[in-house]
Amino acid sequence: MSIKIFVPIDSTALSLGANEVAEAILKEAQARKLDIQIIRNSSRGLFWLETLVEVETPQGRIGFGPVNPNDVKSLFDADFINSGKHPLALGIVAEIDWLKKQERLTFARMGITEPTNIDQYMAHDGFQGLKNALNLKPEAIVETVTASGLRGRGGAAFPTGIKWKTVLDTKATQKYIVCNADEGDSGTYSDRMIMEGDPFVLIEGMIIAGLAVGATQGYIYLRSEYPHALKTLNEAIHQATKAGYLGEDILKSGKAFHLEVRRAAGAYICGEETSLLESLEGKRGLVRFKPPLPAIEGLFGKPTVVNNVISLATVPIILAKGAKYYQDFGMGKSRGTLPIQLAGNLKRTGLIEKAFGITLRELLYDFGGGSLSGKPIKAVQVGGPLGAYLPESQFDTPLDYEKFSEIWAVLGHGGIVAFDETVNMAKMARYAFDFCAIESCGKCTPCRIGSTRGVEVIDHIMQGHDVKKHIALIRDLSDTMLNGSLCALGGMTPYPVLSALNHFPKDFGVDAKEPKA
Amino acid sequence: MTEAVLKPQDYQAIEKHIAAFQSMPGALIPLLHAIQDDIGYVPELAYPLISKALSLSVAEVHGVVTFYHHFRTHQPGRHILQVCLAESCQAMGSDALEAHIKKKLGVEFHETTADGAITLEPIYCLGNCACSPSVMINEEVYGRVDNKKIDQLISDLKSAS
Ligand SMILES: Cc1cc2nc3c(=O)[nH]c(=O)nc-3n(C[C@H](O)[C@H](O)[C@H](O)COP(=O)(O)O)c2cc1C
Ligand code: SF4
Ligand code: FES
Repeated sequence: MSIKIFVPIDSTALSLGANEVAEAILKEAQARKLDIQIIRNSSRGLFWLETLVEVETPQGRIGFGPVNPNDVKSLFDADFINSGKHPLALGIVAEIDWLKKQERLTFARMGITEPTNIDQYMAHDGFQGLKNALNLKPEAIVETVTASGLRGRGGAAFPTGIKWKTVLDTKATQKYIVCNADEGDSGTYSDRMIMEGDPFVLIEGMIIAGLAVGATQGYIYLRSEYPHALKTLNEAIHQATKAGYLGEDILKSGKAFHLEVRRAAGAYICGEETSLLESLEGKRGLVRFKPPLPAIEGLFGKPTVVNNVISLATVPIILAKGAKYYQDFGMGKSRGTLPIQLAGNLKRTGLIEKAFGITLRELLYDFGGGSLSGKPIKAVQVGGPLGAYLPESQFDTPLDYEKFSEIWAVLGHGGIVAFDETVNMAKMARYAFDFCAIESCGKCTPCRIGSTRGVEVIDHIMQGHDVKKHIALIRDLSDTMLNGSLCALGGMTPYPVLSALNHFPKDFGVDAKEPKA
Repeated sequence: MTEAVLKPQDYQAIEKHIAAFQSMPGALIPLLHAIQDDIGYVPELAYPLISKALSLSVAEVHGVVTFYHHFRTHQPGRHILQVCLAESCQAMGSDALEAHIKKKLGVEFHETTADGAITLEPIYCLGNCACSPSVMINEEVYGRVDNKKIDQLISDLKSAS
C-alpha cells in the first residue's frame, strides 16, 4: 500500500511554497520508485512550521517542518517516509505541545481532512449537528444556540441565539442567512482557514441557521482578496448539493436551503453588516441607519441573519454535542472557545483555539514564543485595526469580552498583532486615522473629515510642532468621533489612537500621561 | 487613455456577461467582477450598457464602480502586485519593503511600470498575517517576503510576461 504524505493546501502554506514542496516530493519519490500518495490537507494552523509535511504511520501522523523544496532530497535520504531521523522531524503531530494544549471545537478537523472531501467530513463527525437539527422544531434549535452562550465572533459579540430569535419571530415570505466572510481585520485569518480548510462546517452551520429561522436562501459575502476560499467554497457547495444537503429538499426533510457565494470588492466598510447588505443588493456600501435591525428588515428588505464565519461554523458542534458541552468552556459571560490568531512579530504564529480565559501573556510567550526579532514586545493590537494597543502592563488580562472592555480594549475577531520595541506608536496612531480616511463610507462627518484631520494633526505632533496643543486636539477629535459616528469605523478609530497616546506618550513627544480632555 | 469606442471583442464580452447576470438579484457587483475578470478592467464606456440592462442610471453605476477599491476603470499592467500595508505586515517591516519595491519598479502605488509588466497597488491585509510581510501577485499570496525574495518574484514576472 502506498504511504500517505500530507502537504497542506491552505493559502498561507502556499505562500511559503507548499505547492513546490508537494511537487518536489512527488518528483523525488518517482525518481526513487517509491510508492507514495500525496494528500492536500487543510492546515493545522501551526504556521511557523509551514510547510508542515506529515507522513501517516501506524502510531499516527508524524510531522516534518518547516520544509522548503530544497529540503526534500535530504528528507528522502533520511528515509522520512519510514520514520527516519531528520533535523526537521517533529514527532507525532497531534502530540506537539502547541497543538495539544488547545481546545479545538470549531477547528476540530483542521489539518486532518481534505477540505472538499465530503466523505471525510462525514467520517469526522460532519453533519451530525444538522441531523439533530432536522429532528428539532425551529424554536428548539434557537434555544440550543442561545443556551450555548455563543456570541458573535465577528466583533460585536452579540448573542447569536437572540439574533436568530428575532428573525424567527418576524413573519415574512422570504428570509435570508448572510454569512459575513469579509474578514477585513488585519491580524485575522480564522475565517479564511475555515473556508479554505473545512468549508462543509460553514455550510452545515448556515443550513442549521436556515432551519432555525425559516430562511431558504443563504449568501456568503466573501472578501475579494481570498481567491482560494472562493474556489473551495464553490466546490464544497457543489458537493453538498450533489449529496442532498443543499437544495429544495434537504436530506428528504421537505425543507429547502440554497447557498451562493458573492464576492466583495475590497471595501473594508462592507464588513459592517448593513453596508454589507447594501453591497449584496448591488449598491455602494453606505452604512444604514439602525433601526430597523437587519433581523427585521435586512437583505432586500427581508428579515436576515447576518453572522460571522466563525459564529456559523461553531453552530454544528453545538447542535451535535449540546449547548452544555459548549457552554462548559470559557469564563464569565464569554462562553465556549475563541479561535485566536497570532500575527506580527512573534516566533510561533498561527491559530490557537482556546477556551476564553487564557491571558495575553500566555498567548504571546507560551504559545508565541516571544518576538521573532528577539527584541522585547512593546505593544500588541488586539481585535483588528479598530482595536486598542495594549502595553506590557496589560498582558495579564484574560481573553474575555467584559475584561477587555474594562480596560477600554476589544477582543473583536480574535486577532493579536505583536510589535517589538522598534515600533513608533505615534506612527501607528497616524495609520489608524489614515486607514479610517481611506475606508470611510463617507456618510457622516466625524468619520469622513475627522480621520483626515487626525492624520494632519499627528503629522504636526511627529514633527514636534506645538505638541501639547495638538495632543489636546487629538483628544477633542477622538471625542467627536467616538460620540458622533454612525458606525464603529469612525466610532472606534479612537481606540487605537488614544490607547497609543495614553500608553506610549513618549512616542508622541510628551513624558507623562496627559489628563483626558 | 480613454478610448472613444469599445473594442469589438470587449463589447461582445460585456454583452455576454450582461446577459448572464441580468436576472440575478443584486446583479451589479457580480457583473462588474465578471467584466473585470475577463477584460482586466471596467471600461467607462460600458456604463451605459450596464445601466440600461439593470435599470440603473449611469451615475449609479459610476458610483458603485468608484466606491469599491477592487474595480479599475483602466487597463492595468500584465501583472498586478499588491503590497500589504496593514498592521501585522508593518510589524514585520512592510514599510521598508514598500520603499524597496517602489524604487526597484520606479513607480508609485496605482502606477504601472514603463514596460507595461506590473501595476503596483496597496492592500490592507491578505489574511496571511501569520507570515508577514505579504504581497499578492495576481491571485497568489507570498509570505515572509524580503528584498531578495521580491527581487526574484519581480524578475520572474518581467521575464514571464
Ligand atoms: C467597520 C466594520 C467592519 C466590520 N467587519 C467585519 C468583518 O469583516 N467580518 C465580520 O464578521 N464582522 C464585521 N463587522 C461586524 C458586523 O457589523 C456584524 O456585527 C457581524 O457580522 C455580525 O455577526 P456575528 O454576530 O456573528 O459576529 C464589522 C463591523 C464594522 C463596524
Ligand atoms: S462612521 Fe464612517 S464608515 Fe461608519 S457610517 Fe459614518 S462615515 Fe460611514
Ligand atoms: S496584515 Fe498583511 S497579511 Fe494581514
